[in-house]
Amino acid sequence: MSALAADDLGLAKALGRFGIRLLWHPSLSEESGHEAVAILDDVAAGRVTLDCLCVEGSVLNGPNGTGRFQMLSGTGRAMQDWVATLAAKARHVVAIGSCASFGGFPAAGGNPTGARGLQYSGGDMGGALGKGFRSASGLPVVNISGCAPHPGWVVETLAALALDAFGPERLDTLGRPRAIADHLAHHGCSRNEFYEFKASAARPSDRGCLMENLGCRATQAPGDCNIRRWNGSGSCTDAGYTCINCTSPGFESPHGPFQETAKLAGIPVGLPLDMPKAWFVALAALSKSATPQRVRTNAHADHVLIPPARRPAKLP
Amino acid sequence: MSASTRLIVGPFNRVEGDLEVTLDIRDGAVAEARVTAPLYRGFEQILLGRPAGDALVIAPRICGICSVSQSVAAARALAQVSGADMPANGRLAGDLILACENAADHLTHFILFFSPDLARACYAERPWFAAARRRFAANEGECTRALLPARARFLHLLGLLAGKWPHSLALQPGGVTKAVDPAERVRLLAILAEFREALETIVFADRLEAIAALDTVAALEAWTDAAAPDQGDFRLFLHIARDLELDRLGRGPSVMASSGSFGLFQSGVWDGSGRVTPFEPAAITEDVASAWMAGSAAAPFAGLTLPAPDKPDAYSWCKAPRLDGRVVEVGALARQVVDGHPLARAMIAADGGGSVRSRVVARLLELARLIPAMEDWARSLRPGEPFCLAPGEPVAEGAALGLVEAARGTLGHWLTARDGRIDGYQIIAPTTWNFSPRDGTGTPGALEQALVGTPVRPDETTPVAVQQVVRSFDPCMVCTVH
Repeated sequence: MSALAADDLGLAKALGRFGIRLLWHPSLSEESGHEAVAILDDVAAGRVTLDCLCVEGSVLNGPNGTGRFQMLSGTGRAMQDWVATLAAKARHVVAIGSCASFGGFPAAGGNPTGARGLQYSGGDMGGALGKGFRSASGLPVVNISGCAPHPGWVVETLAALALDAFGPERLDTLGRPRAIADHLAHHGCSRNEFYEFKASAARPSDRGCLMENLGCRATQAPGDCNIRRWNGSGSCTDAGYTCINCTSPGFESPHGPFQETAKLAGIPVGLPLDMPKAWFVALAALSKSATPQRVRTNAHADHVLIPPARRPAKLP
Repeated sequence: MSASTRLIVGPFNRVEGDLEVTLDIRDGAVAEARVTAPLYRGFEQILLGRPAGDALVIAPRICGICSVSQSVAAARALAQVSGADMPANGRLAGDLILACENAADHLTHFILFFSPDLARACYAERPWFAAARRRFAANEGECTRALLPARARFLHLLGLLAGKWPHSLALQPGGVTKAVDPAERVRLLAILAEFREALETIVFADRLEAIAALDTVAALEAWTDAAAPDQGDFRLFLHIARDLELDRLGRGPSVMASSGSFGLFQSGVWDGSGRVTPFEPAAITEDVASAWMAGSAAAPFAGLTLPAPDKPDAYSWCKAPRLDGRVVEVGALARQVVDGHPLARAMIAADGGGSVRSRVVARLLELARLIPAMEDWARSLRPGEPFCLAPGEPVAEGAALGLVEAARGTLGHWLTARDGRIDGYQIIAPTTWNFSPRDGTGTPGALEQALVGTPVRPDETTPVAVQQVVRSFDPCMVCTVH
């Protein structure tokens, strides 16, 4: 649903710029019922070429491997069977969102429905299509993870697949497009100054950094959310709440509450992945001791209480 | 009596989620309908045992189109358990966020889900077909092409206030996490002004206030005829609705309910005889006679969700909520009828209950009422004053109901907490009400009733009138089978 607002144009028009035509889309196409099944049958029988199969939502294997928790209406067949049938015909297979990529929230807790991603169950290979799956292009499933994924990620990845040779080197180790996953949600965060000085928010709506107390995982979360922004100018951290690392497998099952930072001896457990812990602690202590009063005060307010100091105007 | 034939219809395009309808057809019309939700998702099971506050993260992810409504219901339930209060700014910003989703969903329904059926080739002989094809064709229609960008730019309001849509954590029990500064308040008003202009130019070809002021069916008819059919897509729809007699299609149950919204729309139950009685959540039970669920009918606080996939005679993953044992319709029409909007009341009086026409009209009427209210709320924001109160005591023990009016109708979260964790979580979504299967007394759900009598032509495998009745409810199946 996020993709309906793609590039402020709408999905069909946004994709149309790259010559991509939607063969069938459950929310957008006219064809319903028998007409829709006829399209799927045509693809399954090889009468219609399918350049790309996009799957949204986890694939349900339950109960007891039957897939009956998720039947494709009007066909009497489980969705897991349809996905396998269509994936075998598709040049590319793309998982839209963390559910289709890794299982997502339906796989949380005891995973009551047997939810899996297309190629992964959580961070492990072996989803609904099996770990060795390769589509006709030779690529594994392309995982546009995120809950929800940014509409731009969907449009640009599909466009990239349509435009030129898209090799496996353009995917990270979890099948995510590197164009997105080479960034961190932390990059471009508007709370940057508070992060630098470890001036931390203590409660919702505080302007300070959300990492130390409120559970923010942006320094570990793949994504360019704070570079490209959402729905115009938004982002999770800009709106005052924590990044929950929704592009990563297993994000749905943290050890503690989502909006609290897990700590060991007062130090957050989830530090930036590629930074030596001792250095982080030392730098944090140093920057805390150098925090300007302005930053310290504003971190605990929902609006700017102390503006930046100005140099007095020079007298002529 | 002639023999009946059975038709299984699905997948339903342009509804949110998965739906299958089994129709028994006699004498060219639907004699009986059974509505199946063929997907089960398990969120009520997944929520159990989690820290109570995690409901704010998990519940919105039930749905990509009603996400904010799920957030509001969860936040309200948590606020009641913890006794949290909310400052005026928090309430206003929260209302803006919810109203933005409601309004965007109403527009989405009109341009993407409902109207494309009017452009189908089966209407090629109708005098309005060329106009319908030009304006409403799926993906290619001018209406979609003009309004999807307007909708996307309207959602910038959620980018600003909620970070993104769907799935925001901005809505907290004590208010919102995003405080609006003076410049942002101006930007909110700019977004609303731009969206108003798009609606007034493209959808209504009239002022929103003029639409909201329509008060009788005669006034609606007069407005329809006051300009050429191409003057506004609402007017084009009304011309088509008249020709297709959509006022006589899809008559729903006589009882309608709303939990009230924004302090703008009153809460209550319309009992079909012209009376509005209080909406009493304690009178709600969920029946599982026809659902693939174990157990028996129970009040939601005592309810369980235990799949029983091999249960005989069951045909849906959807439970059957009943209010005092009665089948109830919820949604924009119910909200406007309960609130006493004169046009909504006049339409159901004329149509003998909810109809395809009145449901579509009520959604657009509500759109015309919401935007001016949102402009007032944005003006009322007070930058510099608090938007969120500090959380009080952490949630430990207790039970509470979070109620909200989603675009599609009344949504409730029944939360029970123990030792700070979720011990029970039952959800009744709007489409659970509208698309419920038969209950233990054999009484069909609202859509099942509304489909009876719908005409089916002999050559039809996916009858277009059936699709119109189904889509007039704007179902959200993914919420239904949470």
